[in-house]
Amino acid sequence: MAGATYTPRRVTMAEALRQAREDAGTYRGVWSWIATVDHKRIGVLYGVTAFFFFLVGGLEALLIRVQLATPNEHFLNADRYNRIFTMHGTTMVFLVVMPLGATFFNLLVPLMIGARDVAFPRMNAFSYWLFLFGGIFLNVSFFTGGNILKGDLGAPDAGWFGYAPLTLNRFSPDNGIDYWMLGLQILGVASLAGGFNFIVTILNMRAPGMTLFRMPLFVWMTLVTSFLIIFAMPVIAVALFELSFDRLFGANFFNAAAGGTPLLWQHMFWLFGHPEVYILILPAMGIVSEVLPTFARKPLFGYPFVVFSGVAIGFMSWGVWAHHMYTTGLGSVANSAFGVSTILISVPTGVKIFNWLATLWGGSISFKTPLYFAVGFIAMFTIGGLTGVTHSIVPSDYQQQDTYYVVAHFHQVLFGGAIFGLFAGAYYWFPKFTGRMLDEGWGKLHFWLMFVGFNLTFEPMMVLGLLGMPRRIQTYPDGYGWGFWNMMATVGAFLIAASILAFIVNVIKSLRTGDVAGDDPWDARTLEWSIPSPPPPYNFARVPQVHALDDFWHRKYAEDPAGKPVPVPAGASDHADDSHGDDGHGIHLPSPSYFPLIAAAGIPLIGFGLIYDVAIVAVGAVVTIVGLYGWALEPAAE
Amino acid sequence: MQHAATAGHLETNTGLDNRKLLMWLFLGSECLFFGSFIAAYLLYRDRSVTGPYPKDLFDIPFTSVSSFVLLMSSVTMVLALSAIQRGNLRQMRVWLLATAFLGTLFVSGQAFEFTEFYREGLTLHANMFGTTFFVLTGFHGAHVTVGILILMSIYILSLKGHITEENSLNVELAGLYWHFVDVVWIVIFTLVYLVQ
Repeated sequence: MAGATYTPRRVTMAEALRQAREDAGTYRGVWSWIATVDHKRIGVLYGVTAFFFFLVGGLEALLIRVQLATPNEHFLNADRYNRIFTMHGTTMVFLVVMPLGATFFNLLVPLMIGARDVAFPRMNAFSYWLFLFGGIFLNVSFFTGGNILKGDLGAPDAGWFGYAPLTLNRFSPDNGIDYWMLGLQILGVASLAGGFNFIVTILNMRAPGMTLFRMPLFVWMTLVTSFLIIFAMPVIAVALFELSFDRLFGANFFNAAAGGTPLLWQHMFWLFGHPEVYILILPAMGIVSEVLPTFARKPLFGYPFVVFSGVAIGFMSWGVWAHHMYTTGLGSVANSAFGVSTILISVPTGVKIFNWLATLWGGSISFKTPLYFAVGFIAMFTIGGLTGVTHSIVPSDYQQQDTYYVVAHFHQVLFGGAIFGLFAGAYYWFPKFTGRMLDEGWGKLHFWLMFVGFNLTFEPMMVLGLLGMPRRIQTYPDGYGWGFWNMMATVGAFLIAASILAFIVNVIKSLRTGDVAGDDPWDARTLEWSIPSPPPPYNFARVPQVHALDDFWHRKYAEDPAGKPVPVPAGASDHADDSHGDDGHGIHLPSPSYFPLIAAAGIPLIGFGLIYDVAIVAVGAVVTIVGLYGWALEPAAE
Repeated sequence: MQHAATAGHLETNTGLDNRKLLMWLFLGSECLFFGSFIAAYLLYRDRSVTGPYPKDLFDIPFTSVSSFVLLMSSVTMVLALSAIQRGNLRQMRVWLLATAFLGTLFVSGQAFEFTEFYREGLTLHANMFGTTFFVLTGFHGAHVTVGILILMSIYILSLKGHITEENSLNVELAGLYWHFVDVVWIVIFTLVYLVQ
């Protein structure tokens, strides 16, 4: 809240800035990461952390698949099985796919709109640290939520959507659910801070000439996703607060005996939850919309249609939540209305798919790994979307509810969709941020292992669902005909694990010996490719002047009368100069700060305090308040 | 957050200062937050199986007065902003203190009301009314309290000379938040107390 001029003694703005930059120079090594407010470094931190949680969640998935591989298996007992599938879902949604979206927002949005950083760099660091602490808080529950000395895991055990009354003290007496509800609350705040930051950045910090309809599609999808985040997160926050009051202070929100209704939880969870699934998928759609034009060497087909269908999905995602709840007895009027809205939301999604296909049509396609993943995304997401439409038909959904068909559907969109899209992005932008290309051979091995493994895992689940296998059962008897399909799914899951190993090998190998990328290895279209790889801390030595959609492409290519791209002679394109030299000296950069870390560190302490001892709440609150005041009062300029 | 002072050379695309846009987005998000609690209150209205019930407890004249106090604090907030925008620091401090004082009066009224209700048997656990009423109005009270802390922080900073006509945006943002919390109270007062 404080004025920028606050310093212990009165100094001029210029002096304060020079001082701040000297301070920046004093942080080295690990400290330079801890105090960083650079969106690119924060993006890398997000990416590495989320990938680590991806491995944790993947390990949980393998445990589940081993348990289900054969009938009457006793690898995991029922209690552990519950905890592990709960943590698998929670981890993959909140600690993997959401933060991987945030990874790309951080890395790319300022570069794509020609800005030097996000609008609030320190708030950006705060988002990251809170995400990290929230993730740790959630996973600590494995050890502290139950009685680990007796060999009991303590993680939450009520599924990733934590239906009441399963989550109430009576049915889940140990601390697992406490960790879950408080952990999600912490992660929600992290997402909210990020959401605000990116909306302000996109609306306010675009380079001259970068009108909304000249923004890369990824930036548009970031904008829609961020709006969904800032409106959906408060709803889940309230639901989690209500659960917290029920569990910690004996309130009655979900207590049927006192007149409460557990159904309120379902309504609030899915009112958040359905926008949430678009929060998970829209970033991947944005990535694919950048990758396809580059590798087809054509502009995105129907750019405004793709933009508006993304916006339409954002709006419509608020009107479909009860399709998760057909079997709760809402009545046929409500069920029909939500069935219709669910069918309608597939229209803008279909528009996007046709536009992507039309982008590839007639292009001079260059078959590189990012394109493999992008095309894999389209195919797998289409299957996922179509199985989603089958859920909108109420009587059909009655049959599928709580079967493996549902499990197959949402993995088809979240893995076949989101994860494939995110890997397309990883291969596409890796050279930009590391300066080295990922290896094509390993990349294609990764793709094929993952593609085959994915289909081997989840298509059998569709069959299992239609054969009537319920989700979330720890084991099943022989003789239902489920054994074969389950074994296939387990084999597929290990193939996916092998593909991830191939990716890790690829990253390690390429970081050391990969081909040097250069500024623009893919001959791409958007502004981030116009600067060096990796980008300098100040991003753009000169603030770019934007004249068109895909401006960077138009700087490189003109069109001949037949519409074919013809290279523009070097030096012919015009650059606007904003008087800064190319060496980046004199560019105003936000100074590093460790206050976001301090402010974030107090919040999980408050969480521990609510579970164990109020005294710790006070400590956490003090730490956070010190962090916030230090943040507000430090003489930093952003 | 210190954009105001450097805004001279950093024009935004919308013309709105970054921090102001942030505040509006935050308030938009808060609408969903309070909206959800209010929805839960309305859903559970008349679903308590045991007393005490709202009609046994509510003291409408008392709460009307404290609501009036909170509304008046919006007026003093406007005066504080107008003072700093004219560069009149002394006046701004007076009105800031007045706003914080009226806010404190409101929160004290709420504390008194909570204690009274508790004495008459209403707890979080007693019935649906207790659960939804305490949580909804409690979160609102917490928001007012945060507002008071912000106002007092600005007051102390102004004593050190860090609040000036040039960065009056700080006061404006605190004002936006303060008015929002007032508006939420009008909705709560109407739906919870008046429409029974």
